[in-house]
Amino acid sequence: MILFLAYLAVVLSLSSALLALLIRQQAVLATGFAKARDKGVRLPPAVEKFLVDALSPTRFQSRLQQLVFLCLGLAGLSAILSGLSVLVSDSIVRDQLVLGLPWLPWHVRLDSLSGFFYLIIGLAVAAVSLFGPGYVKDYDEQEDSFTVLGLFTGIFIAGMFMVLLADDAFFFMIAWELMSVASYFLVSFQHQEAANRRAAFLYLIMAEVGAIAIILGFGVIAGFSADYSFTFDAFRDTDLSVTWASVAFILALLGFGMKAGLVPIHVWLPEAHPVAPSHISALMSGVMLKVALYGFIRFCFELLGDIQWEWGVVLLVIGALSSLGGIFYAMMQNNLKRLLAYSSVENIGVIFMVLGLSMIFLDQGHPEIAALGFMAALFHAFNHALFKNLLFLGAGVIQHQVHSLNIDDMGSLIKRMPHTSKLFLVACMSIASLPLFNGFVSEWLAFQTALRVDVIDNAVLRSLIPVAAAALALTAALAAACFVNVYGVMFLGLPRSRHAEKAEETQDKGMLAALSLLAGLCFLVGVIPGMVISLLDNVSIQIIGNALPNVAAVNWFWLAPFSAEQASYAAPLVLFGVLLVGGVSFWYLRRNSALEFKRTETWDCGYGGLNNRTQYNSVAFMMPFRRIFANVWELDEKIDKKSSDVPQQVSEIRYQLQVDDHSWRWIYNPIERLVYGIARIIGRLQTGNIRIYLAYSFVTLIFLLWVVS
Amino acid sequence: MNWIFAFIQTLLFIVLAPLLVGWVKWWKCRLQNRKAPSLLQPYRDLLKLTHKQPVVSHTASWLFIATPYIVFSAMILAASVVPLISIDLPTAASADVIVLVGFFAIARFFQALAGMDVGTAFGGMGASREMTVSTLAEPAMLMAIFTLTMAASSTNLASAIGYVLDQGMVLRPSFVFALFAMILVAIAETGRIPVDNPATHLELTMIHEAMILEYSGRHLALIEWASAIKLMLYGVLISNIFFPWGIAVDFAPSALGTALLWLLLKLAVLAVFLAIT
Repeated sequence: MILFLAYLAVVLSLSSALLALLIRQQAVLATGFAKARDKGVRLPPAVEKFLVDALSPTRFQSRLQQLVFLCLGLAGLSAILSGLSVLVSDSIVRDQLVLGLPWLPWHVRLDSLSGFFYLIIGLAVAAVSLFGPGYVKDYDEQEDSFTVLGLFTGIFIAGMFMVLLADDAFFFMIAWELMSVASYFLVSFQHQEAANRRAAFLYLIMAEVGAIAIILGFGVIAGFSADYSFTFDAFRDTDLSVTWASVAFILALLGFGMKAGLVPIHVWLPEAHPVAPSHISALMSGVMLKVALYGFIRFCFELLGDIQWEWGVVLLVIGALSSLGGIFYAMMQNNLKRLLAYSSVENIGVIFMVLGLSMIFLDQGHPEIAALGFMAALFHAFNHALFKNLLFLGAGVIQHQVHSLNIDDMGSLIKRMPHTSKLFLVACMSIASLPLFNGFVSEWLAFQTALRVDVIDNAVLRSLIPVAAAALALTAALAAACFVNVYGVMFLGLPRSRHAEKAEETQDKGMLAALSLLAGLCFLVGVIPGMVISLLDNVSIQIIGNALPNVAAVNWFWLAPFSAEQASYAAPLVLFGVLLVGGVSFWYLRRNSALEFKRTETWDCGYGGLNNRTQYNSVAFMMPFRRIFANVWELDEKIDKKSSDVPQQVSEIRYQLQVDDHSWRWIYNPIERLVYGIARIIGRLQTGNIRIYLAYSFVTLIFLLWVVS
Repeated sequence: MNWIFAFIQTLLFIVLAPLLVGWVKWWKCRLQNRKAPSLLQPYRDLLKLTHKQPVVSHTASWLFIATPYIVFSAMILAASVVPLISIDLPTAASADVIVLVGFFAIARFFQALAGMDVGTAFGGMGASREMTVSTLAEPAMLMAIFTLTMAASSTNLASAIGYVLDQGMVLRPSFVFALFAMILVAIAETGRIPVDNPATHLELTMIHEAMILEYSGRHLALIEWASAIKLMLYGVLISNIFFPWGIAVDFAPSALGTALLWLLLKLAVLAVFLAIT
């Protein structure tokens, strides 16, 4: 039954892909239907009426789009159900499909770990399917576009599900490539613009380099396994020497890290995520990165065998670099989706950092703390999927209504888009990890893990882990500043452009429903984190082999992973306290109705003339950070002042700011030059002169004859 | 019994906070050779503000109106989990020290947003500067507290303070560093010189005051009261974490009385330091 639901999710996403192909076939379908009716095929009257209506030329397109997204929604639902049931029943389901190579059928396995990621993808896909129909109406006028979009969205989602189901290296790589290539087409969807083509190409190159690294990683394990069956079961039984295991670990880190967006191999992410349509960006940022995380966990915690603490240190360092780098670069962006993409780098960094902690504790013989770290990492992955999806879908709504993604073009949307602005606020509070929202809980668990450092004897680790905790704290504080800026500039203040002034709330109920679903989950998980944690307990038992030290203390009300004396958090109590104090003070101060507040002009220091240019924008907001952390970015600031006749008075001033990523200058441009240089040297072989080519053939012939003789 | 006591302790926090502000102001005036206002002046200011009609800009949204209540609630919740005169505090279990920092973060998040809501340069300036200062101060505060919690292997404030109390007078170098860090953070976060100046009248030099420039009436009263509680919270955190001696471990009336006297003494000394800086 579980497996049936899991397959159903894959089949439904593939069928949504196929249905999207029909979008241009209205005439064919309509005549076919008419012929069938002539031949006497009889359907129930209600169905027949519906079909006649749906096949009419005016309705066909929107009906089919709805059908495509309905399929996706059902796929999401069945994924949620199968994920939940496998998590609750704590079972492992296996199957073999007679597909693929003759001697290697596709092995399928669904266990707690893949079940949990199934749940994440299912939730995201369900939200996207609600959001999609309203959003894709935009693309109507473009030729053929929905066909491409729907086709590759379906394949992309099916690919992600299949990665989770795969239980042998061969099937895994096929599913992985299906996901990568389909998402390449989605990134290059609006290929009319050169920048998008460039972003898509960059993505494809890096995805393929990553895939090669993963194949090599599997190859290392396969080389030591008893038979060349390439199944994960065989991999699990393989014993690798520490050196080879470390080689495989590095390859996996490179391969999965490239997909997950770890610094410094993150550069495709801020290019590719913003150019895809918003619901695709949501899936890529919220979910595809998690699939890479899944692959990494499966590979390192299960297939590789014994964990070494040195790996944990590597993850800690790279995770800290990614989280700080990601949030620093996010702060300097003014394209909303680019900003969100960088913030995904940050969150992935946090997740890998906590995974690193978990590895360290596991190797040092403290599996119960390792379990806590592992659960914190997975919980953060879950939370990130929720709020990043919400943010990207919110960005989609805003782009739809304001026709811009530049946050400095917005402002005052809180009055013009009352619903979206509240839901977006929930997302900002979650991602800024404020108490009562889900981001805080995973952060809290991460800190609790880091603070158990006193059980470790190794002096290097004892001094390193608190530094990691400091990096985590700095990341959280920077994220809060970043999202205060985002929300303040986009939704508050005066409208910064004509578009923002004319913006209206979206009329599409589906879009708002998608946002509300995600925002509600963010809040619910934030107040009752025990729900998700009890699900995660089985995953932890399966992978780490240990549950939380104090499972009994984790229920819907309390969260106390060790004991109440050591650390506890009761979100419902906090919520009650906030409501009580806020309510009492509100009621008390509002008693006197004569003191109802009065609306008047804003205080302008007596000068007058406040307008939308006299308020802070995002560049101004981030100025102190640019001064303090100046070396973090490649900054290029230019100030152009023109002074007037009156001395000391400036008549015109122009400010230009260009923020670039260090990694381009120090890593990618040298690599590009190197590849180009090698290509030029090799290119000398190609002279274009036929005599030279004949000489090549002749020399090769002589050489082969010499080899044979 | 415990819960009633926790409630009373929180009330004590709320009631005493303006007095601490008055005390700091009194010292400041005396040190500057000025005539000092009464110690009760902050209470009179708060009372006066609650009886005034608030004025709100046309451009402000609901967030601007809701912020004072959110900030005030967050600060009271923070006050409810910090042991004031006894470490036997049931509410301390509902939120540990990381959540405490989270409460500060909520208050700051909404204050900064409210500063940007009206759409003036001052609000944005205050918000931007406040977020900058706090971005540097918040990790420092967490690290200072983590020094303690790692030693006590507990993030629950009541048990961590109990641990320090049990250890007795032991000079730990890490605690000395943590203490200095905590004092610096307290100066930065409560808007004292040299980071900010609560008495400034020049908007360009303001941080916290610029952010709340648009508030008036009861909204301003709530925000002022919340920042008084915040000042007191930092004072209590420093004195009870690093110098916990005198704090009551049970509910014996005599122990509570001595604890209260000790606390007032410690806070009074600490406030003089703040006034000097």
